[in-house]
Amino acid sequence: MKGSLILKKVNSEFIRKIVEVSGVNVFACYQCGRCSASCPLVEEMDILPNQMVRLVQLGNEEVLNTATPWICATCFSCTARCPLGIDIAKLAEALRSISLRKNIDKVKINQISFGELMKLPQIALVSNFRKNTSVS
Amino acid sequence: MRVPYFPGCSLKDFADNFEKSAFASASVLGVELVELPEWYCCGVVAPLEEDELIRKVAPARNFLRTKELGGNKLVTLCSMCYNTLKLTNLYMKKNPDKLERINSFMDEEENYDGTVEVIHFLELLRDIVGFEKMREKVKKPLKGLKVAPYYGCLLLRPKEVAIDSLEKPTVMEDLLKSLGAEIVNSPLKKTCCGSYQVINNKEVASKLVYKIITAVTKRGGEAVVTSCPLCHYNLDSLQKDLSDKYPGYKEVPVFYFTQLMALAFGLEEEVLGLEKHEVNPLNLLKSKGLI
Repeated sequence: MKGSLILKKVNSEFIRKIVEVSGVNVFACYQCGRCSASCPLVEEMDILPNQMVRLVQLGNEEVLNTATPWICATCFSCTARCPLGIDIAKLAEALRSISLRKNIDKVKINQISFGELMKLPQIALVSNFRKNTSVS
Repeated sequence: MRVPYFPGCSLKDFADNFEKSAFASASVLGVELVELPEWYCCGVVAPLEEDELIRKVAPARNFLRTKELGGNKLVTLCSMCYNTLKLTNLYMKKNPDKLERINSFMDEEENYDGTVEVIHFLELLRDIVGFEKMREKVKKPLKGLKVAPYYGCLLLRPKEVAIDSLEKPTVMEDLLKSLGAEIVNSPLKKTCCGSYQVINNKEVASKLVYKIITAVTKRGGEAVVTSCPLCHYNLDSLQKDLSDKYPGYKEVPVFYFTQLMALAFGLEEEVLGLEKHEVNPLNLLKSKGLI
């Protein structure tokens, strides 16, 4: 994703919301990139985890339209290794939650074939739906 | 020793061989896992949002059932249940005002006071039973079996729930050594298997499984050992596709650590549930004279 920096007032309402839902102080981040270096799924993402944090710092709501929070599988590698103790996994969860609370589903349950449904373990289904659907 | 035990959904269904082998091995060690008389789905993944309380009610109810059994420790086998229950419990301990709110959601119950401690079966074996005692019970040492412990994510991260060192865990290595197995150390033993992405991003999970398994086989590993039913599913069931995709790919069976305990303790083969594996482990075990 391309971005440009324009001098304007940051969207502090968006930041406030993220901080409230995640409990994470995003301003502690100084962009060292260790989260991105630790992430096992980084090559699948459209923006790096540290860029995700940066967009939140800037109050840029575009972050909600990136694939990165949805590729994250909550393995907590970034959280475990952040030198400033920023819980990036929680931040990704807050970004997903904010979308899901607008009734946006990222997984269509009826598109999973019956054969797959019978084969997949319950924990895969429940955890996936918890992370990707607005129901429950 | 009797300890309250939370099974979770998998252990009653597709991972029932994990439970059966754990029960049988525990009884050899004089440990009785007492299943909570009534239990509720933990939610599988911990609700990480600060303002999300309703999803923490089911764990709280499980802790109340634990207290009714007269225990203050709750043991799990599934890594996902462990992580969810432990994180939720810590949240309630750290935020008494939120705990009060959660209690108000279940006014037909006694209040939960935050005094239960969630532990993983591996911790019980290491800290309460001791691997030395386990060594004494071994009838059929796993001699010559080259196993690679695979921790995945949820036993070690985040830090506050880690059952061992975050970067250099040894609990599974120590356990498997006490059973006589040979340890193969893989640098990807703490790397995510793709988890629930297997549903809508199967390719992504598949790539991770390829990396994890080839890191093991490159180092001479003959089997992978885990404690998570979802890791087991991904690592075991996605290997078939990998064999089709990569010529020369070598499949390795994936075990729950309790299956190897039961095997080493000389228990009957039924408790292992080996027929449930997608990658057939029989040839390997036969070649080592273990079955």
